[in-house]
Amino acid sequence: MPDAVLFYVFAAVAIGASLLVIGQRNPMYSIMLLIASFGALSALYIQLDAPFVAMAQIIVYAGAIMVLFLFVVMLLNAPQEDAAQWDRTHPLRRPGMGRFGAMLAALLIVQLVWALVRVNDAGTAVGARGDVADLSSVRSVGRVLFTDYMFAFEATSILILVAMVGAVVLAAREERR
Amino acid sequence: MIPLGHYLVVSAVLFAIGTAGVFLRRNLITILLSIEIMLNAVNLSFVAFGRAQGTVDGQIITFFVMTVAAAEAAVGLAIVIALFRHRESLNPDAFTSLKW
Repeated sequence: MPDAVLFYVFAAVAIGASLLVIGQRNPMYSIMLLIASFGALSALYIQLDAPFVAMAQIIVYAGAIMVLFLFVVMLLNAPQEDAAQWDRTHPLRRPGMGRFGAMLAALLIVQLVWALVRVNDAGTAVGARGDVADLSSVRSVGRVLFTDYMFAFEATSILILVAMVGAVVLAAREERR
Repeated sequence: MIPLGHYLVVSAVLFAIGTAGVFLRRNLITILLSIEIMLNAVNLSFVAFGRAQGTVDGQIITFFVMTVAAAEAAVGLAIVIALFRHRESLNPDAFTSLKW
């Protein structure tokens, strides 16, 4: 079963790299590890017969978005995270708050497990239904995208335009008056 | 073949890691990276569900999530740059007042 072995290897790489991302103090290392995690995820997409999503993952996420993050980290030149300052007067440092946070974390875990248990066909193989050649072709993805999801696609283009204008306005240096 | 449940477990674990990162890290850039991890976890479950149903809709929603993630990263990083310019810090605890 080489398929299953590959799945577990790539899933382990994705989870391990993501764990290391939040374990780093230096955001530069975090970004590099996140790129590794995205590469493993794109391998999982290939296993799910979604090569278009896998390539978009590599090009858009690992290529464009992560380079944007790297660019900002280098621009700001603030590599190390500040050490924790245990300000006792902070409202979040009150004794009950830690327990409340632990309760919320337990609630999230219970919720996730409950959702996973309640999935109907969790045990059936993921590739049981559908025609692989049809699902994995960019042609069928494009056809559905430009017919059923036409409005969402056009709305997305407005979103990108707004985000571009917003980023320029926010990051523009204020002029001296 | 791999059961659908295994993909969902991977997705849930990644989502939990991203949530933990948002709460545990004290660096705005790492917090944004954790949000990207969460978005990717959701993407994985979308594609897995879509494949299990035998439709391409899961892939298409993933495409939209990626677009929104790109917009979010652009605006989020612009906000980070603007904040850093004011306080010379990326620690979210440094930004407690709405106006200064």
